[in-house]
Amino acid sequence: MARIVGGIACSHVPAIGAALDKGNAGNPYWKPYFDGTIPAREWLAKIKPDVAILIYNDHANALSLQMIPTFLMGTAEFFPVADEGFGPRPVPPVYGHSKLAWHLVESLILDEFDMTIANEMPVDHGLTVPLSVTCGQLDKWPFKVIPLCVNVIQYPPPTGVRCFKLGQAIRRAVQDFPEDLRVVVYGTGGMSHQLQGERAGLVNQEFDAMFLDGMANDPQKLTRLTHTEYMRESGSEGIEMVMWLAMRGALGGKVREAYRFYHVPTSNTASGLLCLEPTE
Amino acid sequence: MSAPRDYETIPGTYVYDAERGRVGYHLNMFCMSLNDPENRKAFKANEAAYLDRFPLTPGQKEAVLKRDWLGMLKVGGNIYYTIKIAFCDGLTFQDVAGMMCSMPKEEYAKMMLAGGRSPEGNRFKPGTGEEK
Repeated sequence: MARIVGGIACSHVPAIGAALDKGNAGNPYWKPYFDGTIPAREWLAKIKPDVAILIYNDHANALSLQMIPTFLMGTAEFFPVADEGFGPRPVPPVYGHSKLAWHLVESLILDEFDMTIANEMPVDHGLTVPLSVTCGQLDKWPFKVIPLCVNVIQYPPPTGVRCFKLGQAIRRAVQDFPEDLRVVVYGTGGMSHQLQGERAGLVNQEFDAMFLDGMANDPQKLTRLTHTEYMRESGSEGIEMVMWLAMRGALGGKVREAYRFYHVPTSNTASGLLCLEPTE
Repeated sequence: MSAPRDYETIPGTYVYDAERGRVGYHLNMFCMSLNDPENRKAFKANEAAYLDRFPLTPGQKEAVLKRDWLGMLKVGGNIYYTIKIAFCDGLTFQDVAGMMCSMPKEEYAKMMLAGGRSPEGNRFKPGTGEEK
């Protein structure tokens, strides 16, 4: 039986990837951030996942405004790294777990979550930066990855409560998969940030601390946040945190917070990193 | 249930909703085309001619040619798309963020190092709501 052995919340700021790729991770600007990510990497290495379900948003790379799926799952065995307008990131290609992905797609649709199915797609920094942060710079990623894209680019994204329920449905589907697999779920994006307009650079540390606290102990409270509350309090792009709730829903009722790290700034944003272990 | 647009009370924020999506589609698809290295080359060789390949409004063309980053948002640009023009120019996200809020690069970087822009006084447009 497959089971979910951990959850990771991780910002996916492209500048974090660029710092690693250009060899700048040790400079004074980036060192405090990367030092803070080490315990998460050690924790994940101990968890030894076989597969990750990585919930993220595409940034006009695999998807465009031509068609905008709210939820999309990548069912391929292989996902190339996207050219986002400045050449692809020099990171290993991503190998999927087609069999589990198709099982998830079937289960989720029959469980009333109408997934879009992607048999071919490139993956961008939204997916590769959290892998780099939690696995380091490697020649090959240590586990297979099933991409799950959520639309947060065209308003409205799915609500927090909907994302949480999707996570719960993912949990049911994983538990139904007959192979013995250790699965981790990533919720990426956030924390508070605004990339656009005259209010760019907004960081609300109080909101972020409340959100980090709630992830382990009171996710139900977080699911009641409205889109406007996210945008007003944590910046227009802070709304990406609905993807953290999808991860949290997949972990079940009780969790243990194994690690937490919060850092400002990473380029224009606040970054959060959270490692959670299901305890029931 | 139609979407309440109460986010319009947030200052300095251009939510890419149905209203902006209707007018911004082609502008953003032009930006998307810059993912292709051949297209980046063609755009750089003759920007105005390249823009003519897309059904943009005169205002959208002008905003792109002038690199009016804030103006692009006002004519339907989506930041995840318009940033592709900046990448093509060799600018960073932080360069563009500073320009959108009319702050010199160093001042914007300093603000971020000091913890970012505070939400205090930045939650509501004047006259639209109570600051907490």
